[in-house]
Amino acid sequence: MSGWSQALSGFGAGKGESATISGNRALQIEEPLLFEQDAAGRCGVDLPEPPAVSDRLGGLGRKGPIGLPGLSEPQVVRHYTRLSQKNYSIDTGLYPLGSCTMKHNPRLNEKMARLPGFADVHPLQPQSTVQGAIELIDLLAHWLKTLTGMPAVAMSPAAGAHGELCGMMCIRAALDARGESRRRVLVPESAHGTNPATAAACGFTVDPIPADARGRVDLAAMKAKLGPDVAALMLTNPNTCGLFEGEIVEIARAVHEAGAYFYCDGANFNAIVGRVRPADLGIDCMHINLHKTFSTPHGGGGPGSGPVVLAESLARFAPLPWVVHDENGFRLIEEAEGPAAESLGRLKGNHGQMGMFVRALSYMMSHGSDGLRQVSSDAVLSANYLLAALQDELTPAFPGPSMHEVLFDDRFLKDTGVTTLDFAKALIDEGYHPMTMYFPLVVHGALLMEPTETESKDSLDRFIAVVRGLAQRAKAGTAEAFHEAPRFTPRRRLDETAAARKPILRWRPGEREKVAAE
Amino acid sequence: MRYLPLTDADRQEMLATIGVSSVESLFRDVPPAALLARPVDLPKAQGELEVERALSRIAAKNVSAGSVPNFVGCGVYRHHVPASVDHLIQRGEFLTSYTPYQPEVSQGTLQVLFEFQTQVSLLTGMEVANASLYDGATACAEAVMMANRVSRRSKAILSGGLHPHYREVTETHSRFAGFSVAAQGPDVMGTEDLIPLIDAETSCVVVQNPGFFGHVRDWTALGEACHAAGALLIVVVTEVVSLGAVEPPGAMGADIVAAEGQSVGNALNFGGPHVGLFATRDRYVRQMPGRLAGQTVDAEGRRGWVLTLSTREQHIRREKATSNICTNSGLCALAFSIHMALLGEAGFTRLAALNHAKAVELADRLGKVPGVEVLNRSFFNEFTLRLSKPAAPVVEDLAKAGVLAGVPASRFYPGLADLLLVAATETVTEEDISTFAEKLEEILR
Repeated sequence: MSGWSQALSGFGAGKGESATISGNRALQIEEPLLFEQDAAGRCGVDLPEPPAVSDRLGGLGRKGPIGLPGLSEPQVVRHYTRLSQKNYSIDTGLYPLGSCTMKHNPRLNEKMARLPGFADVHPLQPQSTVQGAIELIDLLAHWLKTLTGMPAVAMSPAAGAHGELCGMMCIRAALDARGESRRRVLVPESAHGTNPATAAACGFTVDPIPADARGRVDLAAMKAKLGPDVAALMLTNPNTCGLFEGEIVEIARAVHEAGAYFYCDGANFNAIVGRVRPADLGIDCMHINLHKTFSTPHGGGGPGSGPVVLAESLARFAPLPWVVHDENGFRLIEEAEGPAAESLGRLKGNHGQMGMFVRALSYMMSHGSDGLRQVSSDAVLSANYLLAALQDELTPAFPGPSMHEVLFDDRFLKDTGVTTLDFAKALIDEGYHPMTMYFPLVVHGALLMEPTETESKDSLDRFIAVVRGLAQRAKAGTAEAFHEAPRFTPRRRLDETAAARKPILRWRPGEREKVAAE
Repeated sequence: MRYLPLTDADRQEMLATIGVSSVESLFRDVPPAALLARPVDLPKAQGELEVERALSRIAAKNVSAGSVPNFVGCGVYRHHVPASVDHLIQRGEFLTSYTPYQPEVSQGTLQVLFEFQTQVSLLTGMEVANASLYDGATACAEAVMMANRVSRRSKAILSGGLHPHYREVTETHSRFAGFSVAAQGPDVMGTEDLIPLIDAETSCVVVQNPGFFGHVRDWTALGEACHAAGALLIVVVTEVVSLGAVEPPGAMGADIVAAEGQSVGNALNFGGPHVGLFATRDRYVRQMPGRLAGQTVDAEGRRGWVLTLSTREQHIRREKATSNICTNSGLCALAFSIHMALLGEAGFTRLAALNHAKAVELADRLGKVPGVEVLNRSFFNEFTLRLSKPAAPVVEDLAKAGVLAGVPASRFYPGLADLLLVAATETVTEEDISTFAEKLEEILR
């Protein structure tokens, strides 16, 4: 009782006319922390009594309690069910979060990843007992190499940013092997923050290059920055403005003539998969976010998977382990020896994100080479449809055609008193997850929309009607209502400044009573 | 294609709205020479039935660990995961949501992360934990780089009891990020003394508990020596279930804990995805890598959660960020948190006691096999055997006989040919132990 009453009086109860006794609002049900539902000795699993043995813990047995709360299974199931209902998801509705590629996550892929032959296999079993697992990695590698036209792929990176790290380390290793100490990396201002952070983590310095008036790399400015100390260019293509870098072949040529490498950020590969092979654009390496292009679920923030395709010039530096195939079957090379003698070493425990590999391969096999081509076509078509249907009401940052996503700036909100943030929050009340806000940094008040190929035309039309309606309302001078948004969510706008000023990063015993008393 | 809702009629209408005649013209910025005229040379689309059949055939070529007596560990452990865990993580609102950047529609994920951070802090005996990293090995490397930032030094000492993958990942980073690593040779007997190695250049000492070879050690004196020299003590835990039975790193003076959380809530998955746990002291929180969920209030004064202290992170700080990490291991952290919620204090400590008891039974039984010597005086659920024959072929023979016998140390250290690491969790039965002992005896005979 105490936990509930405290939770309600302390936190749950809303203010004003909409207040209920419970603090609940119909299907929006308040849920205290696990730690506020504790009863000593209660347990959600039934385990046998451990047999009596004299312990061999070397006198280091735990001396005090841990402090974990005791809940039964029904309580735990209800807790997480209620929490799940406070999340927006792609299963809920259109999720136009630009550069994040929130597309449908097929459930077949979940089923396949849970086959005992994949999920219940230990990475350090004898390799003779995991031939199918190694074969699956090899098969996925074949699909990735064929789709990109690249000769090699490093499979172990755990996420997109980890793939960037892998690619940039390969470049560093190649430069070291050439005996060159080039350390400057060119990164467009429109790049994801991971690009400069990755370059720095590999011991490079970052030199930003500006965008031109068309939202592309300023070719002349880029060329002017090339020099004997430049290690690489990191370029996202299609770029974060949703535009294809049409001069990419020329860019690649200039980079290579300067003796540098061309790292392509493959975050937006979904726009061109099946239609363009990045190898034909002159790149040296590119990571592929399996959780974007190949639809492994985002899971509220991971796990991802970021294999990196590599040109011949970088392939021999790929991290361990390597997968090889000969007359004796499949084999993992786990040491820097033999063909892998120049490997840059290990980037992660074990062999990569196997569970994500299975899901991605299931997705690819379902679509096939023809379906993947349709994926990029429909993604690009849908984004351009948004652009065409919104361009007179919103302000496109650049003229089209766009690729898989479309970028607007906040000129259409000028003098309305409504910001990009307010606009996004109003969209939440309309039942949509907002688009990406304030990114990329190269336009003012950016709104980046990515509808993906898995929305129906009806769904796109409803979204368009809502966005147009909100823009009209903003221009009609209803800023006050926008500032109030969102009104119908489990929580209204949250005080992020207070959270950062006095960080509360965990529950502590007595915290509840303390906060309630204030 | 079952995943694509647009009909040909829709596509035509949409093209008309855009004002172009074909999709091809939307790709007009692509250099014409790079545009493929036809699909690449890969199989065509297939239905669920066909994909399921093809992938099931590949899966069937593997021996799943649950189908045979299994004693494989070394940082990845097969535990029983309650059915409700996998059910709950497949709720679409958890499975198919993004990073909680819009907190008003992400309170579910944010509260989960806040609870997860609290659980990890409690288990490790530390003050604060982040929302998870990729895995234990990358968490270890991040811990060393954080210690370098805190101490403003650049030399790390790595114990010979540290999992070799953790050492190797840290060494990889050291070559590129410009710090040095003094990695010790394998500490088979758990007797290594690292205190004499600490000097004024040392940023941190990294140890593992229980160690790679299974020994449980008290690192309190090492922690004091680190602190006296201005260095940090980093404690790695590759089997978090041990924290239900063993004194936590926080009680031994650890400044950072880097752990692998797979054991709780997560399947073996052939090594990934897993979930890195990362905990530290309050005073170092602004040097911590990775996401953090924090408590705040909303416009009506109600408690809620947001991602916080993001000025450490790459999307704000770019090249000055504490790490290039952009994701956490969200769904694996959720599975960890749900399983831990089900276990609670009573269940988790009992689970740990069960694991230890199984391992003691296994050690006592295998110790009686001629040609087998148990090297550990202390261990939790994994220990090291010295065999009278090279371990790798013995493990191969046992696999043929239907037993996954553990990991030969030579997989990591070619010079340690006769050592075998074996683990026993609550999933191991008495029959499994007897089968293992009998077959091992036959093979060593």
